Amino acid sequence: MGQIEWAMWANEQALASGLILITGGIVATAGQFTQWYFGAYSIAAGVFICLLEYPRGKRKKGSTMERCGQKYMTKVVKLFGPFSRNYYVRAILHLGLSVPAGFLLATILGTACLAISSGIYLLAATRGEQWTPIESKPKERPQVGATIKQPPSNPPPRPPAEARKKLSEEEEVATGVSSGPQENPIPVTDEVV
Amino acid sequence: MGNWVVNHWLSVLVLATWLGLNVFLFVHAFLLYEKADKYYYTREILGSALAWARASARCLNFNSMLILLPMCRNLLSFLRGTCSFCRCSLKKQLDHNLTFHKLVAYMICLHTAIHIIAHLFNFERYSSSRQATNGSLASVLSSLSQEEEGVSWLNPIKSPNMTVTYVTFTSIPGLTGVIITIALVLMVTSATEFIRRNYFEVFWYTHHVFIIYFIGLGIHGIGGIVRGQTEESIKENHPHRCAESFETWNDHNSHCKPPRFEGHPAESWKWILAPVVLYIFERILRFYRSQQQVVITKVVMHPSKVLELQMNKRGFSMEVGQYIFVNCPSISYLEWHPFTLTSGPEEDFFSIHIRAVGDWTENLLRTFEQQHSPVPRIQVDGPFGTASEDVFHYEVAMLVGAGIGVTPFASILKSIWYKFQHADHSLKTQTAGHAALNFDKATDILTGLKHKTFFGRPMWDNEFCTIATTHPKSVVGVFLCGPQALAKSLRKCCHQYSSLDPRKVQFFFNKENF
Repeated sequence: MGQIEWAMWANEQALASGLILITGGIVATAGQFTQWYFGAYSIAAGVFICLLEYPRGKRKKGSTMERCGQKYMTKVVKLFGPFSRNYYVRAILHLGLSVPAGFLLATILGTACLAISSGIYLLAATRGEQWTPIESKPKERPQVGATIKQPPSNPPPRPPAEARKKLSEEEEVATGVSSGPQENPIPVTDEVV
Repeated sequence: MGNWVVNHWLSVLVLATWLGLNVFLFVHAFLLYEKADKYYYTREILGSALAWARASARCLNFNSMLILLPMCRNLLSFLRGTCSFCRCSLKKQLDHNLTFHKLVAYMICLHTAIHIIAHLFNFERYSSSRQATNGSLASVLSSLSQEEEGVSWLNPIKSPNMTVTYVTFTSIPGLTGVIITIALVLMVTSATEFIRRNYFEVFWYTHHVFIIYFIGLGIHGIGGIVRGQTEESIKENHPHRCAESFETWNDHNSHCKPPRFEGHPAESWKWILAPVVLYIFERILRFYRSQQQVVITKVVMHPSKVLELQMNKRGFSMEVGQYIFVNCPSISYLEWHPFTLTSGPEEDFFSIHIRAVGDWTENLLRTFEQQHSPVPRIQVDGPFGTASEDVFHYEVAMLVGAGIGVTPFASILKSIWYKFQHADHSLKTQTAGHAALNFDKATDILTGLKHKTFFGRPMWDNEFCTIATTHPKSVVGVFLCGPQALAKSLRKCCHQYSSLDPRKVQFFFNKENF
C-alpha cells in the first residue's frame, strides 16, 4: 500500500459528493419539500465543492491526467495557498460543509458521501500528502521527423561517445556491422520486407 | 463502414437487446403502477412518483442480476470452450465482458438516481398528507391505521410528528437503501479510470463492498412499504365506485367499506439469487485452481524493470493472446493481477513479462531480485481471453505494440516462428517482417528474434506506404495493443492507405484490449 495517494480517491469521492449534494438540493428546492432551504444551501455547497475539487492535484510519481479544462480552476485554487494545499484544512472543511445538509433527507446522502471523503482526506493528510497544482508545460513539441537529428549508425548496445568516435574512424576502414550481444537461438535471415 | 459492421454486429445486437429489455421492463412496471386499480388509492397520495420508483426498481433488479455475470471469468471460459464450433465473433463477444459490466453499472447508477428521487417525493407526499388537516381523500387514507383485522395501513408515516428522516432510518428499506447507495458510490468513485490505472489496490479492495450491496439489496424489500389494495377490499370498495364518497366510508349504511392494504413481499432476491450463487461458485473455483502448484522454471530480469517468469503448471494449455491472473501470497493474499502470456503455445513452459509500475509489481520485482533460496510461491488462474487467431488469417499482418503492450505480440510472433518450423499449413502468414520496437533502453529482448531498432516514433505514413507498395494486392491486418491516441492515428492511416479498389491492398484495423 506504499504508493497509494489517498488524496486522489478522496478527490473523486468529494467530486461525486458535490454532485450528489447538488442533485439532492435541486430535488428538495424544486419539490418545495419541508425545510427546503437546506436544499438551497446544499446546491450552493455542492457547487463550491465541485469547483474546489475539480482541479486534480499532481501525482507524486509519474504523469497526471488533467481533467478537461481544469487549468482555469487550478489558478483560482492555487490562490488560496496553504488553505488549498493542506489536506487537513480540506478534511475539516468538508466535514463542516456536510453537517447542514444532514438535516434534510434529500441531501443526507450527500452528507454521508462528503463525510467519507473528509475521512479519506484526513488519512491523506496524516500521511503527509499535499495538493500540488499541475502546471501547464510550454507547448513547443518539435515535429516527429525533426527529433531524429543524427540517428546512431550502429545498433545498440553502443559504447560511450568517446569510444564511439574512435570506432567510427576505424569503421570507415572496415565495414563490419556489429552483431550485437543477443544470441539468436536459431539463425534468422534478415529479410527486409 | 462495412468493416465496422462486420466486426461489431454482435455487440450492437447484444446492446440493443439489453437496452430493449430495460425499456420494456421499465415501461411495463410503470404502466402497472400508474394504471392499475390496485394502486389507485396509493396514487392518490403519491402521484406518479410511485410508478417511477417501482419502474426504476425493476430495472435495478434486472441490472443487478446482470452485473455479476460478466465477472464470472471461469464460466465465460467454459462457454467459450464449449462453443468451439461457434463462430469467432461469438467468442470475441465474451471478451467484452468488462465493457458490458461497466455499461450495466452506469445503468444501475442512473436507475438508482431515479429511484431515490422518486422515493424522496414519495416520502414527502406521505409526510404532508399525514399532516394535512383538510379532510381530503389523501388525509383520510393516511389516517387508516391499525384497524381491527390487523395491519391495513397505507401511509408508513404513523404520526404527524414523525419526520421522513426518522422513518427512513428506522425502517429496513430506508436503512438498507442508504447503505447500499453509499456502497455503490464508493464502488464507482474508486473505479474511475484514473484510480484504477494508478492505484489498483484502492479499486480492488473497495470494489468488494459489492458484497454489502447485494446483501442489502436482497433485504431491501422487506417491510412492505409499497402497498396496494387487497383483493377482497377491492370487492367491497372499488376505487372507481367509492373514491368520491370517501367521507362516508365509516358510515354503517355505506356501500363502501374503508379500503384495506397489503404490502409487497421482497422480490429482489428472486432476481439476484442465481447470479450470486454462480459468482460464489466462481470464486471457489478460482481459489481451487489457484491452489494447484505452479513451478517456476526460469526467472529473467530484463532492463527497464521488466521481470520475466517462465512457469509450468499441470494441465495448463494456452493459445496466443490469452492472459492469466497471478497472485503472490508473500506480497498480498488477496490481490490477483492480469498479465498477457508472452510464450507461444508450442513451448513447454508459459511465461509472462511483468513491468514494475505500482506497489504490487515493484514488490514482486524486489522479491525476485533478492534471490531467496526458496523462490516465492506464485498462484496462477487462467488462461482467459479469446485467442488472437485473427492474426494468422491475414497474409500480411502489422502488429503494433507500445511499451509493455508488445507482450501479446511476443506470443504471436513466437507462435508464428514455431509454426514455420513445423511447416504448419494453416498459417497464412508468408513471411515475418521487421518489427520496429521502441523502448527506452533498446536492448530488450522478448523473443530472441534479431531485429532492427529505429529511433523516435515510427512515421506511420512511411510504414503504411512501404507496405502498400510491397504488397499491392494483399489484405493487411493491423493489430494494436497500445494507447488510444495511437489507435486513432493507425485507424486514420488504415482508411487512408486502403485502396478504393477492393482487389488492391486493403488495411483492416483491429484494436485488441489485452
